[in-house]
Amino acid sequence: MHNKSVAELSNALASGEVSSVELTQHFLDRIKQEDGKYNSFITVCEDAALDEARQADERRSQGNATPWTGIPFAQKDIFCTNGVRTTCGSRMLENFVPPYDATVTARFRDAGAVCLGKTNLDEFAMGSSNESSYFGATTNPWGENRVPGGSSGGSAAAVAARLTPAATATDTGGSIRQPASFCGITGLKPTYGRVSRYGMIAYASSLDQGGTLARSAEDNAMMLNVMAGFDPKDSTSIDREVPDYTATLNEPLKGLKIGLPKEYFTAQLDPAMAQTIRDAVAEYEKLGATVKEVSLPNAHLAIAAYYVIAPAEASANLSRFDGVRYGHRCEDPKDLMDLYTRTREEGFGAEVKRRIMIGTYALSAGYFDAYFLKAQKVRRLVQQDFVNALKEVDVLMSPTCPSPAFVQGEKTSDPVTMYLEDIFTIAINLAGLPAMSIPAGIVNGLPVGLQIIGDYFSEARLLNAAHQFQLATDWHQRTPA
Amino acid sequence: MQWDVVIGLEIHVQLATKTKIFSGSSTAFGAEPNTQASAVDLAMPGTLPVPNEEAFRYAVMFGLAIDAEIGRRSVFERKNYFYPDLPKGYQTTQLEQPIVGPGHVEIDLADGSTKTIRIHHAHLEEDAGKSLHEDFHGMSGIDLNRAGTPLIEVVTEPDMRSAEEAVAFAKKLHSIVTSLGICDGNMSQGSMRFDVNISLKPKGQEAFGTRTETKNLNSFRFMEQAIAHEVERQMDILEDGGVIDQETRLYNGDRDESRSMRSKEEANDYRYFPCPDLLPVEIDDAFIDHCRSRLPELPDARKTRFKDQYGLNDYDAGLLSGDAKLAAFFEDAVSHSKDAKLTANWVQGELSARLNAEDRLITDSPISGVQLGDLIVRIADDSISSAGAKKVFDALWSGEGDNVDAIIEAKGLKQVSDTGALEAMVDEVLAGMPEQIAQYKEADEKKRKKMMGGFMGPLMKASKGQGNPKLFTDILKKKLDD
Amino acid sequence: MTISREDIEKVALLARIRVNDQQVTELENDLGNILNLVDQLQSADTENVKPMAHPLDAIQRLRVDEVTETNQREAFQAIAPATEAGLYLVPKVID
Repeated sequence: MHNKSVAELSNALASGEVSSVELTQHFLDRIKQEDGKYNSFITVCEDAALDEARQADERRSQGNATPWTGIPFAQKDIFCTNGVRTTCGSRMLENFVPPYDATVTARFRDAGAVCLGKTNLDEFAMGSSNESSYFGATTNPWGENRVPGGSSGGSAAAVAARLTPAATATDTGGSIRQPASFCGITGLKPTYGRVSRYGMIAYASSLDQGGTLARSAEDNAMMLNVMAGFDPKDSTSIDREVPDYTATLNEPLKGLKIGLPKEYFTAQLDPAMAQTIRDAVAEYEKLGATVKEVSLPNAHLAIAAYYVIAPAEASANLSRFDGVRYGHRCEDPKDLMDLYTRTREEGFGAEVKRRIMIGTYALSAGYFDAYFLKAQKVRRLVQQDFVNALKEVDVLMSPTCPSPAFVQGEKTSDPVTMYLEDIFTIAINLAGLPAMSIPAGIVNGLPVGLQIIGDYFSEARLLNAAHQFQLATDWHQRTPA
Repeated sequence: MQWDVVIGLEIHVQLATKTKIFSGSSTAFGAEPNTQASAVDLAMPGTLPVPNEEAFRYAVMFGLAIDAEIGRRSVFERKNYFYPDLPKGYQTTQLEQPIVGPGHVEIDLADGSTKTIRIHHAHLEEDAGKSLHEDFHGMSGIDLNRAGTPLIEVVTEPDMRSAEEAVAFAKKLHSIVTSLGICDGNMSQGSMRFDVNISLKPKGQEAFGTRTETKNLNSFRFMEQAIAHEVERQMDILEDGGVIDQETRLYNGDRDESRSMRSKEEANDYRYFPCPDLLPVEIDDAFIDHCRSRLPELPDARKTRFKDQYGLNDYDAGLLSGDAKLAAFFEDAVSHSKDAKLTANWVQGELSARLNAEDRLITDSPISGVQLGDLIVRIADDSISSAGAKKVFDALWSGEGDNVDAIIEAKGLKQVSDTGALEAMVDEVLAGMPEQIAQYKEADEKKRKKMMGGFMGPLMKASKGQGNPKLFTDILKKKLDD
Repeated sequence: MTISREDIEKVALLARIRVNDQQVTELENDLGNILNLVDQLQSADTENVKPMAHPLDAIQRLRVDEVTETNQREAFQAIAPATEAGLYLVPKVID
């Protein structure tokens, strides 16, 4: 049952082969049995999930089910869920139970999906290994001591371990794609503005984008059908028609023009990684695509620009955590300054503090022009590179990450080595483009992802390209030993 | 040494929109604490701002009223600082690209001259909540109902040279925003708050001295006092050979004291940057045309019209045209009374005195313009005496009655103006006062005038207060002087 | 680029995060490394490049001025650390 895709489960529910209550109980049992090994969930909603499942079965019996009615899924613990604790992986929000839903939450609710629980993440989505969570690190199902990637590591690990068929995620610098790559599953970061950010706890507002994690491209398409769309509550949400992303999955790829950014295939790239990606690209050629080299001359500046812009925005976004209206508050503050400084010292972990402080510094008097303004200008250069490249080709392809999943603790001592993990993903967030990571091979016994980058609002095309690859290969079907 | 005073103002004007600038919460004043604070206003995690169109319309209307450039593209920025009344830890405001660019306002001075005050710009921003200092076991209480109320902050050039000019400007601005209907103008509820920048320089010197900023003055009187206080303070320092520190000061109007807020400022570095949750706002011609079509008559135009249409003098026209609501009241009254001068006197006299005494706005007046107009008709046609008119006014004010003629009738205030009847009464009364008549006849002109009262009292008594006093006087005089 | 202890203390104060001496030492190293990474920016030629604040060149929509929110004080204050008489409590505010 747990090996079935969302599409298959949807059919099984429709045919009456299984009920949502049975399905939900099955996944809840699996979480109970297996998640001790992974720590992929922070909160499991056992009672609420079964309630939702009963309602879904009722709704189906009344004949107004959607493809998602009764399907269990998991929510990254960054999306607010009315009545269910939403921690963002932080002590600051350890006991925060929002009295409102994120728009993404409301959309899944409306579709009748069943929320199994809230998945682990790097604290406030700041990290690439899930090791910065206050609720303990998540372990990659592919290797006992391997990280699942981050920040959506709990979602990715839960999907890979078959604890949920699908999970929501967010991506600010690679937080969907890198965990997808590390855990051997499929993930999509949509165009900035495609999925509402309302109720999705902000890390860096101009870079954050909600997206999808599941095993196949088809399941990602089904998720995006629920999540995408204009939201009047999010000023940066784009009012633009949402296609049925499953409708074009079977379009042939003949004539698809693929660009390989030469800056992403340098001598420093691990040869096994490079070979895996070249093999995947060769598969696309077999499917009728053509390949050419393109250039992103400013790609090397993306990480530097990101680590100014994202922390700067975060430094302001996280100012609301002050111990006054919700969340952690220090014991017996002696004055206002003590309330603020001790609440925030206790409530935030080391990586969050580092980013708040770097961001504060980059915006402070005397440094604004040299850091923040300069980074915003470089951001435009980086974006222009993509715009230019995408005039020549339909999609760009690259490795998602420089390596397969690394060992826990390997990169925690030096933040900068951790930041370099996102070298292939981060520029896409600066540009606001959609991108996917799909399983494309195994290196050293661990899965490796292919990144596919498209033009603005070309999610349907990306999903189509990913689906066709998955019809021709079985990397996405591989399971951890 | 002689000193020039240089004053610039920053004025926070609360916009009279129904909802907050970034959320659909009501802005109504006086609700129970935190009952008008939504998830967005409380900066709950994940919530996002969506700007209010009407706030932009109001800002543009203000821009048009002061003949300013409209910012075709305006950008919200975050001003970062921690304070318990600021839920997000930053104020969303405009800095580099405000909605209203340079403009100007004319003010009238006591000597009859006018002066132009230049407006540097006006920007949209959100108000903060309130800290209540009643003692909650040594803690303060925070009410966030006001958090997110839309404001325009109007920033002038340092064009004012005295407290008088600054107050004249402040009153003029009050009159403009209330006429536009974009602010309720209620100073006691904080709808307009003034920050005053003041510096001194030796008379005739061009370069400005170091300025201080006195924050958060919420009445014209406090503003005037605070300026006088600060000018004196700076003068004392400068004349002792000292230097002025550039600092923010807080003025306590009740004690006429001020103190530095420097300790608070030292650690501030607001780290402004464009708010990534909001996109640039573009204002097109259609938007501006719509705002222009909503512009009502402005105070300057109304003053000219009051002089032309009603024949009012400059002083009366100025006072009655400044406040749109007061002007409307006057026009309601005059449309019934048809006597502009008498109506102007009553509005500025009895009515204003009563409103002030009870701390009421013209909009809360228990007497309508129409009622006052009706009353004035009866004064003008001699139906009632001025003393009787005051009684009618009282009855209207207290709600004892609502129809002028009915009150006159019920209270028996109608004057007798039939000369025949009055003459008969005079004859009757004089017949009983031979001694007084004899004394009168012997008295000189000056004394006679004084003695008239002695006859009027019994006359009014005889007429049960209904005799027209003017006619009584005329008849009396004729009879006594014969 | 290095960052001094004084800078770190100043930034920590602006950000309202308490730091002890040992943390300042660690931050000196970590933030210094991060600043070295971001200093690559200075090599970019950005003359005549407009800063980019948003990925899409979109324009702000404006909301109709209608009250859409109802009083939810009870629900909001149920999750607040300290309230009394409908107010959020904080250590004494001194202007």
